[in-house]
Amino acid sequence: MRALVGTRKGTFFIEKQGGRWTPRLAGHAGVGVNFVARDPHTGTLWAALGHGHWGAKLSRSLDDGASWSDASQIKYPAGARYLAPPDPDPNADEESMKKGPTLRDATLLKLWVIAFGGPGQIHVGTIPGGLFSSHDGGEHFELNLALWNHESRGGDLFSGPGSGVTHWFGTPASEGEFAAGIHSISVDPRDPACMLVAVSTAGVLATRDGGKTWRGQNQGMLNDYLPDPAAEWGHDPHFVTHCAAEPEHVWQQNHSGVFYSPDGARTWRKVSRPEQGVHFGFPVAVDEQDGKTAWLVPGKSDMQRTTIDGKLFVARTRDAGESWEDLRNGLPQENAYDVVYRHALANSARCLAFGTTTGNLYLSEDAGDSWLSVASNLPPIYSVRFG
Amino acid sequence: MATVETTKHLHEFLPALRGDPLTVKASTVAEAVREVERIAPGFTYYICDERGCLRTHVNIFVGQERILDRTRLSDPVGDDSRILIMQALSGG
Repeated sequence: MRALVGTRKGTFFIEKQGGRWTPRLAGHAGVGVNFVARDPHTGTLWAALGHGHWGAKLSRSLDDGASWSDASQIKYPAGARYLAPPDPDPNADEESMKKGPTLRDATLLKLWVIAFGGPGQIHVGTIPGGLFSSHDGGEHFELNLALWNHESRGGDLFSGPGSGVTHWFGTPASEGEFAAGIHSISVDPRDPACMLVAVSTAGVLATRDGGKTWRGQNQGMLNDYLPDPAAEWGHDPHFVTHCAAEPEHVWQQNHSGVFYSPDGARTWRKVSRPEQGVHFGFPVAVDEQDGKTAWLVPGKSDMQRTTIDGKLFVARTRDAGESWEDLRNGLPQENAYDVVYRHALANSARCLAFGTTTGNLYLSEDAGDSWLSVASNLPPIYSVRFG
Repeated sequence: MATVETTKHLHEFLPALRGDPLTVKASTVAEAVREVERIAPGFTYYICDERGCLRTHVNIFVGQERILDRTRLSDPVGDDSRILIMQALSGG
């Protein structure tokens, strides 16, 4: 058992040796690592890097982390454009001030998440709003054009201005421009042609034909920052994932609460318990066998985005969000202001691990009942995955 | 032939750049970058985005002068030019 940890300053492994979990730097020293994961089909390790100066790069290791090298690089094809709100311009004339979104050329701002489908299938979510897929084990990646040209973001912008209307807004997680991003890719293990992606700030979209067509999957979603709380688009999922053995059970930690779907994201219901602090946060993890069991690391409201009252806890449900337990044993209960990012909570069997922006890494071997502090001085942690 | 020197930071990711300065036959910065790409495949995507524009936090100097054209890298290069490619100091 090993946890792969992406941080602002490198890739770390957390390994159990002699009965003790121990961290070590495993590559990319000094480089931002947004996500690290292991391809279950090949054992290749993949890392999504964000170099401060040199842009976003995909890195891989064919020798289990002993060495890393640049992989085939992800690039937006010529002509890929997206609609973005115009920048405020005090010198603009009256006519141009009434203009709607403007077309921007897409260049890669961020590699955000990596997911694996069937053998040879690797998917990468990017900012601005791209899903890049490889069907040859990562030798080549192509932008999914059906999703890029989706009507919800203005249609085909390669060949013209499209509809001029986009329902995909931006995320401050983008590095540079304020653009939408894909941070969740959930591949149905029974049929890898069925996938969900989640977009900040648009919502969830699904394909059931291997990415040829996509449709919104936001029925039952509620937001608390738009004039219409039940709008079809404009939702802000923070992370979406499903149960491995029961993929119809889908979970969503959203800006506006916690949502659960019993039917593969066709419908959602809000299962927040604000009175217990279960509402705002970024990550969610689902038990591999039981789709009604899930874990969150709640934070205090979108206005503060810290722990609640300086106490760090994990929330667990075993009944699809009908009730929640606080799990605090082994977690700091005073002066803790850790924030846990969307990819920084993971589970495998009864093991759970999460990393925080303050460089702490906590691990549980009993499904969250008790926690160990495994590292406390790592760089800010962006992702944790077992593999 | 112009010479190209790159920050050692890049040598970490592109070992083929070690031992520079490289000598290249080029009349513009863009041509010089293409020549370096031949020596160190992948180099261009480190300093430019996929549209060929110089990344925000990268600087190129020809002699003592910072290049003007960050979009097409059309600044002229002479036979005895010294081209320096480095990470921009972005404040801190």
